[in-house]
Amino acid sequence: MAAIEKYDLIVVGAGPAGSAAALVAARAGLKVIIFERGEFPGSKNMFGGVLFGHEINELIPNYWETAPVERALIEERYFLVSGNSATTIAMRTKDFAEPPYNGFSVLRARFDKWFADQAVEAGALLVCETLVESLIMDHGKCVGVKTGRADGDVYADCVIVAEGANSLLTRDAGIHAEWKTNEVGVGVKELIKMPKDVLENRFNLTGQEGVSMRILGLTKGMTGGVFLYTNKETVSLGFVAMIEDLAARGFKPNDLMEEIKSNPMIAPFIEGGSTVEYTAHMVPEQGYKSVPRLVHDGLLIAGDAAMISNLLTGEGANLAVTTGRLAGEAVVAAKAAGDYSALGLYSYQNALDASYVMKDLKQFKGFAGYLHGNPDLMDLYPQLANEFLKGLLTADGTPRGAKAKALLAEVKKKKSLFGIAKDLWRGWRVIK
Amino acid sequence: MSKPAVWILIEQNDGVIADVSWELMGKGRELADDLGGEVAGILVGHNVKDQAKEAYYYGADKVYVIDDPTLEYYRTQAYAHAIADIAKKHKPEVFLMAATSLGRDLSGAIATPLGAGLTADCTVLEIDPETKLLHQTRPAFGGNIMATIYCQTARPQMASVRPRLLPIPERDETRTGTIIEETTSLTEADIKTRRVEFIPDEGATVNIEDAECVIAGGRGVGNAENLKVIEELAAVLGGTVGCSRPLVDAGILPHAHQVGMSGHTIRPKLYIGAGISGAIHHVVGMEGADLTIVINKDPDAALLKVADYGVVGNLFDIIPAITKEIKSRKGV
Amino acid sequence: MRLVVCLKQVPDASEVKIDPIKGTMVRAGVPSIANPYDMHALEEALRLKDKYGARVSILTMGPPQATDVIKRAVSLGADDGVLLSDRAFAGSDTLATSYILAQAIRKMGEEEPVDVVLCGKMAIDGDTAQVGPGIGSRLDCAVTTYVVGVRSLDKDKKTLVVERRLERGVEVVEADMPVLLTVNKEANEIRYAALPALIESIKYEVPVWTAGDVQLDLAQCGLKGSPTQVKKIFPPPQKDIETVMVTDTISDPAQIAKLLVDKIEEAGMLA
Ligand SMILES: Cc1cc2nc3c(=O)[nH]c(=O)nc-3n(C[C@H](O)[C@H](O)[C@H](O)COP(=O)(O)OP(=O)(O)OC[C@H]3O[C@@H](n4cnc5c(N)ncnc54)[C@H](O)[C@@H]3O)c2cc1C
Ligand SMILES: Cc1cc2nc3c(=O)[nH]c(=O)nc-3n(C[C@H](O)[C@H](O)[C@H](O)COP(=O)(O)OP(=O)(O)OC[C@H]3O[C@@H](n4cnc5c(N)ncnc54)[C@H](O)[C@@H]3O)c2cc1C
Ligand SMILES: Nc1ncnc2c1ncn2[C@@H]1O[C@H](COP(=O)(O)O)[C@@H](O)[C@H]1O
Repeated sequence: MAAIEKYDLIVVGAGPAGSAAALVAARAGLKVIIFERGEFPGSKNMFGGVLFGHEINELIPNYWETAPVERALIEERYFLVSGNSATTIAMRTKDFAEPPYNGFSVLRARFDKWFADQAVEAGALLVCETLVESLIMDHGKCVGVKTGRADGDVYADCVIVAEGANSLLTRDAGIHAEWKTNEVGVGVKELIKMPKDVLENRFNLTGQEGVSMRILGLTKGMTGGVFLYTNKETVSLGFVAMIEDLAARGFKPNDLMEEIKSNPMIAPFIEGGSTVEYTAHMVPEQGYKSVPRLVHDGLLIAGDAAMISNLLTGEGANLAVTTGRLAGEAVVAAKAAGDYSALGLYSYQNALDASYVMKDLKQFKGFAGYLHGNPDLMDLYPQLANEFLKGLLTADGTPRGAKAKALLAEVKKKKSLFGIAKDLWRGWRVIK
Repeated sequence: MSKPAVWILIEQNDGVIADVSWELMGKGRELADDLGGEVAGILVGHNVKDQAKEAYYYGADKVYVIDDPTLEYYRTQAYAHAIADIAKKHKPEVFLMAATSLGRDLSGAIATPLGAGLTADCTVLEIDPETKLLHQTRPAFGGNIMATIYCQTARPQMASVRPRLLPIPERDETRTGTIIEETTSLTEADIKTRRVEFIPDEGATVNIEDAECVIAGGRGVGNAENLKVIEELAAVLGGTVGCSRPLVDAGILPHAHQVGMSGHTIRPKLYIGAGISGAIHHVVGMEGADLTIVINKDPDAALLKVADYGVVGNLFDIIPAITKEIKSRKGV
Repeated sequence: MRLVVCLKQVPDASEVKIDPIKGTMVRAGVPSIANPYDMHALEEALRLKDKYGARVSILTMGPPQATDVIKRAVSLGADDGVLLSDRAFAGSDTLATSYILAQAIRKMGEEEPVDVVLCGKMAIDGDTAQVGPGIGSRLDCAVTTYVVGVRSLDKDKKTLVVERRLERGVEVVEADMPVLLTVNKEANEIRYAALPALIESIKYEVPVWTAGDVQLDLAQCGLKGSPTQVKKIFPPPQKDIETVMVTDTISDPAQIAKLLVDKIEEAGMLA
């Protein structure tokens, strides 16, 4: 068999980052090959559920007309749970049910495939069921990849690594150390099927509308949280927790998941549903502090592999799209200039720094550490909120003023007001 | 017009007639009676004529015999030609063969020259009282669904039928019938395959399909060591050890012991299943048992639902207790 | 030498369910795969190609997206393939399918004579195992089913020797070519594609033949040419049994054993 021809660009991973990179490069006429280890793009991927659409829409205007989206998310609920009680803060707006929409719940197995197909239509060659085992380096410059197949070396002027949070290729290439257990978390999710009308009644939805929920108080003090997204006929329920915390407490993700599902505040959301899928995936936790050097000779890193994600806002996939796109554009520019060195590709770093991606990342850079340093946030605060509000709302003949005082005293026993003020101040500081 | 005929292929291997032929003969008799017709056995081979009368004993009115050296052992081309020719001549209404290796192969090869509708691996056959059409029911999609199939116009209505689902009728030596000898037009020179040798399976003494008593273990048994409890019970009962597929996949037992869709269909008088969940793939292989006893520690296990007697418990407690009880009754 | 492999695209049987209310098959969302038996037929063909040199062509009848399985075959080493796709073929039962496939093989043979046709033992959606022998008798060639291995092939004498798996043993058969084989899973292990071939297969444009491209009597194709009709489909029945749950009343293993052995004895199994 003839040797494989050389490509302008090799993209590793057909997740949101890789497909975006391949799409812009192929559109610009570059010869692009994408390697995906899964049977098809998305087959091995999972996330909580929301794809914020702004970035995709820039690449593929009115993407919702062709993309396999589930529901337009019109409501964000914060749900603080403790024991038998929950306090909800919710924001719902019908505006998000109108184009250009704010975000959709999506299922990755379908979405990633569609998105990769867009890159293929633009001319990229997608090769699935093929694992990239290592980068081929020549005098410090990346010149290609070695795949797990026979005769599997492929050469290119440039490689974009968009392999997701595992980041084994970049680790093996010595670009960063093994992630520490406080730099990465694990996400676990069940897809729970129920009849459409049951789901819509349960969450007060019509048509294409959907809700997302962030649930605090169920991770036993571990940094992380529980999420719930409504899809067309399924609900995505899962949690994210820092690997260090899970290990320290000796929790098995599976057991925690079962506990969450049977929690009296959660169970009604999924009652009568049946689990059709159980998946787990790694997620970057630390954000800015963990981001490795992203530009090398003949090599760019995008998406989760670059540790770019935002814990606070639950964004990841959209950031991956942006970073992938910027990486792709940098390669296009490098080709035009005939310079694939780190310097020639540096426009990627510049574009990232100028974009919301890095600005947000910098802004929130202390956030993960802050959360991790304050297990109370995950546990005690939902409890305090519930006890305080429940007490206040209980009509038992006590004058409300006196009651508020007494309740506050109860709160103070558990956490001094000064302590609370300090936590809030610190929290404000890290994101300000 | 002549009476509608139901034809049954009498399957023989090296001159030994397979029992399933008589299972089908019983069914054929039933269908013929429903149609007001007759049953004919089709016996093809070399030096097989003497056995034709057996077909009467099991219900045939007629036997067509094609006896020829070219038909000594089964060859698709030779058998298909010979049989298709006589079917074209006599135009049966229904033609059944066993869903064995031979029957499946032959039925596929015969249906095409006859332009007949053919349904594979049927588990239920009945004549629709109104239309007088043969309704053929079979599992499909790996046993996940059942389909009932019929055939409006083309004749014969052909089906291969899963062995060991139907009872063998009482053998009645007083019955008689007619033998019709036919010939084949193919000569050895026309036939493009030749048997070089036949290598019988070594140690293939397990014939679970014919066992009267099967003690089956599943994944719940765990490992080869634990299988002893099953083997001991099988030994005191004089039964055969059966299993679900995971034990075969794990190399604990050879395929000859596997009960189910991709294993063997059994019809024992007694089936004891322990540590088997009862996937449909397993159940289709054992549901013909007369007495079914199931032991599973999960009260929701599906196999318990097809049992005559269900025990929710640990097989490692229950099975040895049964073995002990039998031993003490037998006084050993 | 020319080998043709009949390769069918099927829904992954383990994921097909039946709608309990409507009684129809739920195929939506069920992934399509290459029929596993046919992949073993392909592997057997590729081994013959490796050993004796041959052109391996794939023949698939199915909807437009069935080109996927042909590409997969090409990635493993098949030289080319054809998809037969036409509305007129829809609803074909095994009789019509074997007719259409046989006619297509005839047409392929006009371009270069076909020496061996390989089918899977059966397709896992229909589980019939009828199409292979059906094609064989339509082509009026030698047929050997349930092949677990090709022992040897003589290009000059135009014969091959195969092993067939039967209930009680293995039959070794010599067949004159052209011959049709149906192949069992035990025959071989399917190879893993090398990257250059995989890349070529992605780029490979599968020729599609419609009814007009093959010499066909349309009355023998599709629903019209299919004598069998499906009356109904339904979930497998549960055996209608009144189960006695022994443990509802007794818990002591020895007592349970006594009761069960009573029943075994009543059934005459203790004699
Ligand atoms: C539980 C959980 C919930 C989340 N919720 C959200 C959310 O609601 N909204 C949101 O925007 N983000 C969310 N995220 C984050 C989001 O999933 C990621 O940020 C996003 O998927 C990153 O995209 P990517 O393309 O960088 O990587 P990935 O999506 O991980 O894609 C990487 C691809 O590369 C392939 N690959 C990896 N290694 C190789 C190799 N060596 N060779 C070939 N192919 C390879 C993989 O198979 C995969 O297809 C969540 C994450 C988790 C774990
Ligand atoms: C196309 C196809 C064909 C197949 N063909 C067949 C076939 O021919 N035959 C076949 O069997 N399967 C077949 N299968 C597999 C079938 O689907 C099931 O996976 C299989 O039957 C399960 O075997 P099991 O019940 O032993 O294991 P499991 O399903 O794992 O069940 C084990 C059971 O043991 C019980 N158990 C565990 N420990 C104990 C204990 N100490 N005491 C009591 N109970 C205990 C558990 O509660 C459980 O119910 C086929 C599958 C497919 C897709
Ligand atoms: N539509 C099809 N396209 C190609 N080959 C087929 C098709 N249908 C059946 N076959 C072949 O015939 C074999 C037996 O199929 P079946 O009789 O349906 O079990 C399969 O394993 C295939 O090799």
